[in-house]
Amino acid sequence: MYWNSFSDFLHMGGYGLYVWGSFGMTALVMVAEPLLARRQHRLIAQRLRRQLRAEAKPDRAGEAA
Amino acid sequence: MNMNWYKFSAPSAFYPLAGKLIPWFWALAALFGTVGLWLGLVVAPIDFQQGEGYRIIFVHVGASWMSMFIYVVMAFWAAIGLAFNTRLSGMMTAALAPTGALFTFLALWTGAFWGKPMWGAWWVWDARLTSELILLFLYIGFIALTRAIDDPRRADKAGAVLALVGVINIPIIYFSVKWWNTLHQGASVSLSKGSSMAALMLWAMLLCALAMWMYTIAVSLIRVRGIILERERHTEWVKALLLQNAAAKPMIAPIAQREAK
Amino acid sequence: MSVVLHIIARDLRLALRRPADLASVLFFFIIVASLFPLGVGPEADLLRRLAPGVLWVGALLATMLSLPRMFADDFHDGALEQLALSPHPLGLIVLGKTLAHWLVSGLPLAALAPLLGLQFDLPVDTLLILSASILLGTPALSGIGAIGAALTLGLRGGGVLLSLLVLPLYIPVLIFGAGAVDASMNGINPHAHLFLLAALTVGGVVFAPFAAAAALKIALE
Repeated sequence: MYWNSFSDFLHMGGYGLYVWGSFGMTALVMVAEPLLARRQHRLIAQRLRRQLRAEAKPDRAGEAA
Repeated sequence: MNMNWYKFSAPSAFYPLAGKLIPWFWALAALFGTVGLWLGLVVAPIDFQQGEGYRIIFVHVGASWMSMFIYVVMAFWAAIGLAFNTRLSGMMTAALAPTGALFTFLALWTGAFWGKPMWGAWWVWDARLTSELILLFLYIGFIALTRAIDDPRRADKAGAVLALVGVINIPIIYFSVKWWNTLHQGASVSLSKGSSMAALMLWAMLLCALAMWMYTIAVSLIRVRGIILERERHTEWVKALLLQNAAAKPMIAPIAQREAK
Repeated sequence: MSVVLHIIARDLRLALRRPADLASVLFFFIIVASLFPLGVGPEADLLRRLAPGVLWVGALLATMLSLPRMFADDFHDGALEQLALSPHPLGLIVLGKTLAHWLVSGLPLAALAPLLGLQFDLPVDTLLILSASILLGTPALSGIGAIGAALTLGLRGGGVLLSLLVLPLYIPVLIFGAGAVDASMNGINPHAHLFLLAALTVGGVVFAPFAAAAALKIALE
């Protein structure tokens, strides 16, 4: 272990802003991207499922309209 | 082995395979990332010339490597797609592009945060930074072109031509920028300024880069699964899959909601 | 070879039927180059330092203006389809169209550039190098531009997309072109720059038409 205390660790010898700015943005992107990709996948599946149901019951869709 | 590859190049076989592989790549990414960050942020001592600021390289180097590597991989899939007319290769290229663009952005961002304390400026027209910026433009161009074309087959092929043209041009762009830079830059600034890196730091850097590599595979597999569903929506296997999931969903969803409350 | 000449002659005839298009490219160049002194101030020293970059960027943008037209008219009236079906390799046809595009954009820009250089107080021998560099570099721009024009053929918002695709690929030409002018102004021999520019042009004119032909086939499918 190199650090003496947690605040030393956060301070990064005066480079805190730069080090944590870099790591923070990297973490943000690498957390947000998979969540967005997974959400996209789910939305696509939902939309296709809805379309599929609408195609499967054309007569009832016609009644509703 | 050859038979397997051929079999899995069919989207219907690749979709479930990708689904099974994703957790493994997440696990590898988490493992490499944890060990790499532990070594890089906690164990590794201060760098003699750059102080604690050098720790930025643990994310910066991986991001810049991935930004270039992903473009080359895209060009590889593009070439396969044009040569063998395989559907999956176009989908892979499309799935990789956003991740590549994001890593290019991260490389620029972390480069700026490294440059400010070391060079005294957020941005300098260094050959590497400038080339990285141009690489970002190439990614954006690729994404914009493929999104502008409605017909997916045409989008894949046009994107493939663009990716190949881009990959041929990258070395030319890099060398011209380097030449331009040496002509215009008075004081030389360089990332690899003398400091021979200790083995520990090198390991930390490699592990972080490896974690990003695994991450890239996982996230592009997630994205390619979405693309496969979209493109193959008229096939029987996608319809069967969607209906089967629809039957399973109502059973699980209420329980999950109850637990959340 | 005769195919190439035939296409050049045909495209030139079509272009000359619309002299206004040709003139608007040139006026665009003039206006862009004249805006800079208004933006940065009239000091001759400053203008002289900016001139290589400003004039080259202006030339770059001006050649790009006419790119969307390269295939679009032939695409809409069906002539492109016929050309693609003809027994001649599509690459040669694209080469002809590339050269025709250069004749109506790069060549007149090279002729006009020294005049604009005067506005920026460039010395006479530098004016010649400016003209030579534009003459040598713009064929590569037409070649690379043909790829972009073919890829964006018939797309919504094709013009903006085209510039997004093509401008990053233009950077080496810009660097060596403006570098040649800069070198000559500072008393350095600009030959190295001009040779590299010529190399880019040879590469651009020889290889780009085939990539553009592949892109055209995709667009016509």
